[in-house]
Amino acid sequence: MRTAASAGCRSGKGPQVTETETGQNDVAQVTGTARVKRGMAEMLKGGVIMDVVTPEQAKIAEDAGAVAVMALERVPADIRAQGGVARMSDPDLIDKIIDAVSIPVMAKARIGHFVEAQVLQALGVDYVDESEVLTPADEANHIDKWAFTVPFVCGATNLGEALRRITEGAAMIRSKGEAGTGNVVEATRHMREIRAEIRRLTVLDEAELYAAAKELRAPYELVKEIAETGKLPVVLFTAGGIATPADAAMMMQLGAEGVFVGSGIFKSGDPAKRAEAIVKATTFHDDPDVIAKVSRGLGEAMVGLNVTELPETQRLATRGW
Amino acid sequence: MSAAQPVIGVLALQGDVREHLVALAECDVLARPVRRPEELAEVHGLVLPGGESTTMSRLLETFELLEPLRERLRAGMSAYGSCAGMILLATKALDARPDQHQLGAIDMVVRRNAFGRQVDSFEADLDFTGLPGAPLHAVFIRAPWVESVGAGVEVLATIPDRPEAGAAAGRIVAVRQGQALATSFHPELTGDGRVHRLFVEIVRAS
Repeated sequence: MRTAASAGCRSGKGPQVTETETGQNDVAQVTGTARVKRGMAEMLKGGVIMDVVTPEQAKIAEDAGAVAVMALERVPADIRAQGGVARMSDPDLIDKIIDAVSIPVMAKARIGHFVEAQVLQALGVDYVDESEVLTPADEANHIDKWAFTVPFVCGATNLGEALRRITEGAAMIRSKGEAGTGNVVEATRHMREIRAEIRRLTVLDEAELYAAAKELRAPYELVKEIAETGKLPVVLFTAGGIATPADAAMMMQLGAEGVFVGSGIFKSGDPAKRAEAIVKATTFHDDPDVIAKVSRGLGEAMVGLNVTELPETQRLATRGW
Repeated sequence: MSAAQPVIGVLALQGDVREHLVALAECDVLARPVRRPEELAEVHGLVLPGGESTTMSRLLETFELLEPLRERLRAGMSAYGSCAGMILLATKALDARPDQHQLGAIDMVVRRNAFGRQVDSFEADLDFTGLPGAPLHAVFIRAPWVESVGAGVEVLATIPDRPEAGAAAGRIVAVRQGQALATSFHPELTGDGRVHRLFVEIVRAS
């Protein structure tokens, strides 16, 4: 199958797909296009993506109905507790997790670490998360994501940040929240912020959109597109602090199209049960009866951290820009 | 089917439900999400969307939709499955979890993720039997293909036999058996409404 090394870009930046004409009106098979990258995230909508650190945990996640797993060496709560430099996971671990499950496997690369991303693509992961949970490798540049066949998800705390990531080629956005805290307050803040800024764009007139693009530090074409459609051109998930079925359902009601759960599952008392409950609450996020039913008897939730008590240097959401 | 405007549901447990609802809404039908048995009872046809078949299979069971859905399919309800939906409609799925549920609406064996992982996902033009106009531009995402079909199954599209297709050349990617239609690919992502219009015709003719 023919591979186009890079994807087409709606904003007109970056290399275009080389489509080889082979018949009268025929286009050859092309991989790595923006449509297959963004489309992959569309298939995950309404689902829960779970952090796992072993093949056994990956199986528990799959059994519970996760739509994908994020292969990691340490969940964010442990990265937070143990400190040090957090890097891409060991390729052996990623291989084992890929072999253990039939659902898609994602893995994290450090912000700006394009070689970690190249390695993850070579390993065959289905999505790369350029993640603030790991220690950033470049303080000026994120990865040029158009240069890859594998799609990327990136975190954002506001609309401008989301649009800059999309401009760099991100095919999926997640609100950042504050990973490893078990505290949903930052996830709520970021999701509300992104959604409110999108709503605001939809009521601006043509002239005001130029100033809005400047304020958002994002390309005008992308800003104009969002003003017209009222949504991001890629799927928007939530992440960072979701610990209970009600947390997941609240984020869905606030406009998330799906949920990443990190430490919240495998740092709780009964991971299998909690994982399944969060999946059910995400599907029936608008039905309090279902959420009440699945919230019973889950055992202990992960211990939470108060984000206001975290010193600025320990806040992961401030990584990336 | 007698109603002037048929009601077509989209199974809304997970996946690209919204895209199917939008595509159906452009076909002059009432399109609505289906998550509960009572919602299933009200539709004339059902779309099983793209998503994760493993997850949908699990949620069908959890939310007690599996048996009602099997019952309606046996009774001849029209159904269309794209990608994960195709896997669910098959009698058998290879490379799937052993406990995955099959609805058996189309007599075929499918292979999950047959083309490879996400980096192998691709777009291509296909000749699709019975669709008017130009070849269909198809988007394949971690897609299944059909390994084999029973006697009553009509093959509507295959991967063109070209060098870059490799082992995928000639594989079956769209089928119909009576009231049931399935594609390996995602017409809901391209804005080309021809496959959805074909399905609406099937529902109307029933």
